[in-house]
Amino acid sequence: MYRSHVLVCGGTGCTSSNSPAIIEALEKEIADRGLQEEIKVVRTGCFGLCALGPIMIVYPEGCFYSQVKVSDVPEIVEEHLLKGRIVKRLLYDETVTMDDVKSLQETDFYKKQHRVALRNCGVIDPENIEEYIAYDGYMALAKCLKEYTPQEVIQIVSDSGLRGRGGGGFPTGKKWSFTAANEADQKYVVCNADEGDPGAFMDRSVLEGDPHCIIEAMAICGYATGASEGYVYVRAEYPIAVKRLQIAIKQAREYGLLGKNIFDSGFDFDLHVRLGAGAFVCGEETALMTSIEGNRGEPRPRPPYPAVKGLFGKPTTENNVETFANIPQIILNGADWFASMGTERSKGTKVFALGGKIRNTGLVEIPMGTTLREIIEEIGGGIPNGKKFKAAQTGGPSGGCIPASLMDTPIDYDNLTAIGCMMGSGGLIVMDEDNCMVDIAKFFLNFTVDESCGKCTPCRVGTKRLLEMLDKITAGKATMEDLDKLEDLCNYIKANSLCGLGQTAPNPVLATLKFFREEYVAHIQDRHCPAGVCKALTVYSIDADKCRGCTACARKCPADAISGKVKEVHTIDTDKCIKCGVCMETCKFGAVTKR
Amino acid sequence: MLKKISTIPFRGTPEQAQRLQAVIEACKDDKSQLMHVMQEAQEIYGYLPYEVQVMIAEGMDIPLEKVYGVSTFYAQFSLSPKGETNISVCLGTACYVKGSQQILDKLSELLGIGAGECTPDGAFSLEACRCIGACGLAPVLTVNDEVYGKITEDDVAGILAKYRS
Repeated sequence: MYRSHVLVCGGTGCTSSNSPAIIEALEKEIADRGLQEEIKVVRTGCFGLCALGPIMIVYPEGCFYSQVKVSDVPEIVEEHLLKGRIVKRLLYDETVTMDDVKSLQETDFYKKQHRVALRNCGVIDPENIEEYIAYDGYMALAKCLKEYTPQEVIQIVSDSGLRGRGGGGFPTGKKWSFTAANEADQKYVVCNADEGDPGAFMDRSVLEGDPHCIIEAMAICGYATGASEGYVYVRAEYPIAVKRLQIAIKQAREYGLLGKNIFDSGFDFDLHVRLGAGAFVCGEETALMTSIEGNRGEPRPRPPYPAVKGLFGKPTTENNVETFANIPQIILNGADWFASMGTERSKGTKVFALGGKIRNTGLVEIPMGTTLREIIEEIGGGIPNGKKFKAAQTGGPSGGCIPASLMDTPIDYDNLTAIGCMMGSGGLIVMDEDNCMVDIAKFFLNFTVDESCGKCTPCRVGTKRLLEMLDKITAGKATMEDLDKLEDLCNYIKANSLCGLGQTAPNPVLATLKFFREEYVAHIQDRHCPAGVCKALTVYSIDADKCRGCTACARKCPADAISGKVKEVHTIDTDKCIKCGVCMETCKFGAVTKR
Repeated sequence: MLKKISTIPFRGTPEQAQRLQAVIEACKDDKSQLMHVMQEAQEIYGYLPYEVQVMIAEGMDIPLEKVYGVSTFYAQFSLSPKGETNISVCLGTACYVKGSQQILDKLSELLGIGAGECTPDGAFSLEACRCIGACGLAPVLTVNDEVYGKITEDDVAGILAKYRS
C-alpha cells in the first residue's frame, strides 16, 4: 500500500512542456529520501487543462500543482510528500481558497464537466492494464459475451441514442446493425483515429490516456457485428498515442482479452494498428479504408456502403475513437443512463478541444445541450487580455463559426446544423476581435486546397478558385459581384463533390459570410480590414501629436519609407511601405498607428 | 500540395539497404503494408529518393508508379532530404489564430529559405505542419523532435542560435 500517489500528466501537451523530466526528478528525489515504498509516481493521460502544464496531482489530498518546473520538484517532495505541508505557491490558483485547498472537481474548469469518454484520462496509468481492469475495465466485454446476444448489444447501443462523434452524427446502433445484417466470411471493425481537424486533440487524448477502452469497445463491436478482426488507423503525428496503443494491445493479448476464444465464449477478435501519413482526406471513412489497404487515400463513391463492401471489400463498421470510448460505459450502466444525459436528439456528452484565444485551453467533456457561453465564459475562463469574444469555430475545415449573438445556443448536433455550423469532431477554436474572419476563411480554404485529394473536379478545382476569390478580397481587389460569385461557387462545390471533404469545404466561407458579411464588405468597399490582419489593406501612419521626431522608426524601416528631420514629425510614404510593422514595434511613444 | 523533388545525389549505404531489405522481407506477403514499409524506409534514409522507391517497388513486387503515387499523396513522405536541424512550425488552427504564420515568416526570413526547403549547406530545413495536438501550448514549433510552445516572434532568433554550431 502506498500512502500517497503522485499523478503526473504524460499527454502530448504536458510531455511537450517537459513532464518526462519532472517524473524522472520526482523518482530520484523520492528514492533519495527512501520513500519509494510509500509513494507511487504514476504517469497518466491528459487531465485536460493543457494550458497549465506540466500538471501534477497528489493524492489523497487531491492537490493540483500546475506549471511545475524540474526545479520545483525537490520542494514538493521535501515539503509535501515528506512533511505533509502543501506547497501553496505551486497550486493552480483556482483551487486555493482563503484558508483551504479546494478539490479540482470544484473549480470552474471541472465543475460543469461530466466525464464519460474521458473518465479514465488523467486517472489511471495507461500503460498498465491492471489499472484499467481495476476501474471496471473489460467488464463490459465480459458482460456482452456472457449475457447478451449480438442483437441485444446492438439494441442497447441503439437505445442509448449514441451518435457518431467524428462529426457526422450518424446513429451508432444503426451503423452496427447494417454490418451485422450482411453475411460474409470475414468482417472488420475499424477505428478512425486519424484526427485531422487542426486544433482538435480529443481522440489523441483518449488513446494516450485510456487505450484499453478503445480495444474493449472494438471487441464489443466485433462481437455485435460478427467481425473477428479490427484495425486502428491512427495519425503518425501522435507518437505517444501509437506507442501506448501498441503496449495496450500486447497486454490485452497476454491477458487473453484479444485473440482466440475470449472469456471462453468462442468469440475471436484481434487488432492491428496502421499509421496514417498526413492526409486529411483519410478521415473520410472510405478514404481511410483505401489507405489501410496500402493505396493513395482517395475516397470511393457510395454506395456500396462500407457495411456492404468496406475494408478489403468486406462488410466493415467504422467508428471514431470518442464514439468507441462511450461504448463500455453504455454497456455497464445501461442505455437509459446514457440517454438521460443530453438533449432530445443528441444524447450523452461531447468532448471539445478548447483552443485559440481562451484562458483555459485544453480538453473539456460536457453534457450535450451546454451552451457556448457556459463553455467559454465559465469552463474556459473567458478571453485573455481583456479582448472581446468574436466567434467560436467548430468542426474545423468542414465547419462554421458561432458568433457572439448565438452564444446561448445549446450545443447539440441539430442546433449547430440549424445555424449553418456543425458539431465536427470537437475542435472549438475561440477568436477575438483581433482575428479577421475573411482571413480565417482563407486559412481553412488554404488547408482544403492542400488536402483535396484531386479525384473529383468540383473539389480539386472549385476550392482553388474559391481561394483565389478570397485572395482577391483580402488584397482589396474584389468587387461586390465577386461576393455573389463566391457564394454561388460555394453552393456548387457543396452539391457536387464526391466525399465529405469537398461537400463541407465551403462551410467556413458560407458561415463567415452569413455572420460577418460586413467584414467582407469592408474589405471590398472600404479597402479596409477591420481587424488589421490583412496586410495588403493595412495602412500605417504616424500620429503628428505623439511623434517626437526621434528618427528611430526611420532608421529601422527596411524600405526607407519614413522621412522626417530630427525633432520634427515624421511621415510614412504608403507607396513605399511594405507593411512589416517594424516602425510600430520601434516607436516608444505609440505614435505609429495601423488601420 | 506539389512536392519538391531533390536533385541531391543519393548517398545510401549498404547498411541502410540491408535494414530496408529486412523490413521488406517481413512485409512482402501483405501488400497492404506498403505504407508501413515506406514509413520505415523514410526512418532509415530520412527521405524517399527515387533509388529507395525502386528498392521498395521491386522488393514488394508493386509497380513503381504506385509507390511513387503513394509517396506523393501523403504529406509525411518527403522526396527531398531534410536538414540536420529540421524546424517545423505548426499551422494548425489553434496555432494560426495565435500568430504562428508570423513565426514561420520570421524563420523563413532568418534562414533565407521558404517552407519545404533546406539551406544549401544542409544545416537547416523548414516546414509547416498541421497540428501536432499540443494546442494548449499554441503557437508551437518543433526542432527535430523537441517541442517549443507559447513562442513569440522574438523567441525565434534565440531558438535558432541554440542549433547553430
